[in-house]
Amino acid sequence: MLAAAAPNAAAACSFCDPSVQPILELIDVSKRYGGVRALEHARFACASGRIHALLGENGAGKSTLIKIMAGVVQPDEGRIVLQGQERRFLHPQDAVNAGIACIFQELSLMPDLSVADNICITNPPRRFGLIDQRAQRRIAEAALARAGAEGIHPLAPVGSLSLSRRQMVEIAKALAREPKILILDEATSALTAADVQRVFALLKRLRNEGLAIVYISHRMHEIAELADDCSVFRNGQHVATFEAGTRSDAETVQMMIGREISHAFPPKTPAMDQAPAATSAAAAPPRLEVRALSWNDRLHDISLSAREGEVVGIGGLDGQGQREFFFALFGVLRGVSGEIRVDGQAVKPASPRAAKRAGSGIALVPEDRKTDGLMLPMAVRENLSLAALDALCRGGVIDRARESQAADRVVKQLSIKAPDLDDAVGTLSGGNQQKVVIAKWLLNAPRIILLSDPTRGIDVGTKQEMYALLRQLAAAGTTVLLYSTDYAELIGCCDRVAVFFDGRIVRWLQGDQLTEHALVSSALNIEVAA
Amino acid sequence: MNERLRYHLRAHRGAYGAVIMFIVIFALYIAKHTMGWTVPVLTTATNKGVLLAIVAMAQTLPVLTSGIDLSVGMVFVLANCLASHLVVGTPLQATLGVVVVLAVGALCGLVNGLIIVVGRLQPIITTLATGTVYFGLALGLRPVPGGDVQSDLADALTGAQLGGVPSMLLVLVAVVLAVWVPYRRSTIGRAALAIGSAEAAAYMSGVPIGRAKIVTYTLAGLLAAIGGLLLTFVTYSGEASSAIGGTYTLNSIAAVVIGGTSLAGGAGSAIGSVFGALVLRTIGDLLFVFDLEPLWQPLFQGVILLVAVSLGALQLLKVSNRLELFK
Repeated sequence: MLAAAAPNAAAACSFCDPSVQPILELIDVSKRYGGVRALEHARFACASGRIHALLGENGAGKSTLIKIMAGVVQPDEGRIVLQGQERRFLHPQDAVNAGIACIFQELSLMPDLSVADNICITNPPRRFGLIDQRAQRRIAEAALARAGAEGIHPLAPVGSLSLSRRQMVEIAKALAREPKILILDEATSALTAADVQRVFALLKRLRNEGLAIVYISHRMHEIAELADDCSVFRNGQHVATFEAGTRSDAETVQMMIGREISHAFPPKTPAMDQAPAATSAAAAPPRLEVRALSWNDRLHDISLSAREGEVVGIGGLDGQGQREFFFALFGVLRGVSGEIRVDGQAVKPASPRAAKRAGSGIALVPEDRKTDGLMLPMAVRENLSLAALDALCRGGVIDRARESQAADRVVKQLSIKAPDLDDAVGTLSGGNQQKVVIAKWLLNAPRIILLSDPTRGIDVGTKQEMYALLRQLAAAGTTVLLYSTDYAELIGCCDRVAVFFDGRIVRWLQGDQLTEHALVSSALNIEVAA
Repeated sequence: MNERLRYHLRAHRGAYGAVIMFIVIFALYIAKHTMGWTVPVLTTATNKGVLLAIVAMAQTLPVLTSGIDLSVGMVFVLANCLASHLVVGTPLQATLGVVVVLAVGALCGLVNGLIIVVGRLQPIITTLATGTVYFGLALGLRPVPGGDVQSDLADALTGAQLGGVPSMLLVLVAVVLAVWVPYRRSTIGRAALAIGSAEAAAYMSGVPIGRAKIVTYTLAGLLAAIGGLLLTFVTYSGEASSAIGGTYTLNSIAAVVIGGTSLAGGAGSAIGSVFGALVLRTIGDLLFVFDLEPLWQPLFQGVILLVAVSLGALQLLKVSNRLELFK
């Protein structure tokens, strides 16, 4: 149903108004990271006095595109044309000098320095060769005022400000460079409602002053309010550019998806698709029950229950609290309120060490396997046994024979391709590394396994094995929570999916409702008639 | 204005803490001392304290970039040995010698900086290795302790000026004004703090990271050499002692921490380190006037260091994502 291509998606590739001379143009740019194609002959152009929205799913190539414009990465091929002249940006500084200011999702502020120091970091005012503190303070005050953030004291250390205020400093910092082109990547995601209104008013004012503004946001209503032009990207390619308001939300979403679900997924357990029948299984308490879980201002009132052998998907756009939710269950966060029950028993894990213990039996496969999942220089065997060492030792001494035995067992179970278990785990391929992270936890025989984007950056073949493994685990009675940025995966693997938005579960999807269209539109938190 | 003061105090609370600590300990020392507030007592105390204070300043600069310089003590010793050969003879010759000693110190720092930036090695292992090399050079210059120094210059610098102000104190103030203040207020110093605070963000802001690090390590070498030169004026000789080098390196790190500079980089000041060094030095003297065995000195220094570091760690209690504790 959704696989059918939208007619306008393929046809319309025309750039808006030919009479408007673009200030910045990217022509046929391509970029690969290792074997992964981030951008493939992509085109983009923006004009002065317009707000241009970039749209696309996670991994569509938007971030790579703006990183190229900002000089952070260099394209493998293609040209950058600024005001009719071809340019090469080798460093962020080159782009800044050319009048391009970028506000990234990850803040580019130095927390120990003051607001004024940060705003003037690139080119501080000088007197007799030394930084002129007074002039710097004046510049900072002017930039803050221009950004509508007069309330921020220029001498306050940035680290003491709230996330929303920091984002305003980031905007002021970009404005202090007097840019011709301003790029905002999810700049409003951390803002409070009041600051969002200030930023919108500011962006409209800047547009009227003649700036070219490139705006990335996952919030459709923001784009509807702000954008003059829209460009849609998908799988690293430019799909369409059109004037804002000429396409409906449904059409736009269709352009963003536009592909068929190509992976083969193992069959789901049929009984799990439905609400629990009045059998003995329903009488037992659920394997995992979470009630009204909240943490700081990142998680709000999350309730969820999952049965034995169920695969529950966690969906939504990147950074909506999914990671923090897993951290909360796994005992990483302090000050979590709400209730967590495992098999009816209330647990309150104070650390991952407590979370993995028999009482709760929770395992977390983190998304960044290189930093949080593996000790890269240590041997495969040592990595595999690390979480289960308590069971593999006698009187505090590791029983090497039992350790090897256990390692061999999971290596076989997951068919991990490692020439020698004494080699450093860093020598394995990405897919096999990921298998090691999962296998490490299987040795601990977890009752609940939390998987955070486990197939990111691994090849298709290994992905298929992962999906089969998920089902095996579920069939053996493990409860699986799968957070994935790949919608196809959520649909193919999960019995039910909880869609996160802004630290809340905004929608549950299961059975026939579990479609890519429904996932995308609820992830964007908009109502689209399917 | 009021708010300005508040932010100033907040940013420099570590340094002010060290100042207060020093005033208390020093007041106690003077009160207990049989000779009390007299020129000889003050001059002796200053001569002891300023050497470590200057080496601690040297250490502060790399630490602000979240690096470290384990070679400061060895550059200090190398400068001492070199000065015992060169800073002799007529005033003109001696002055020329001073210039050469300082230039060699800066060169040592420059080598550190180049290896760290161009060779991309970690500061801790780079400076451990180069420090050993510098000590080897010192040993070549002074296989046995000895040498001499221009005595007019030495007497002038280790004595007291009109009004009883110790000359060394004036030297310290001059070094702070000539090196630290311009550094702190230059774009290079700003860049160094930015690197220590968030190196990736600094890079993304187009800050000259490599240049800032090289200048930082070079100045650290220069400052350490100033310390070594002054040591020569105090002892009238040169000595290639690895014990002195090692002790000064470790004490400089302790002084930096007591002075409120975070070893993680990004925040702190050399002035705090100066007072941190003075605190460390005075503790030893304090035990002396209280007739305690000098055996206790390391223990008390260690306790003071622990207390200072614990105060700095209090804010970690507020962290609510435990993963951030490891970042």
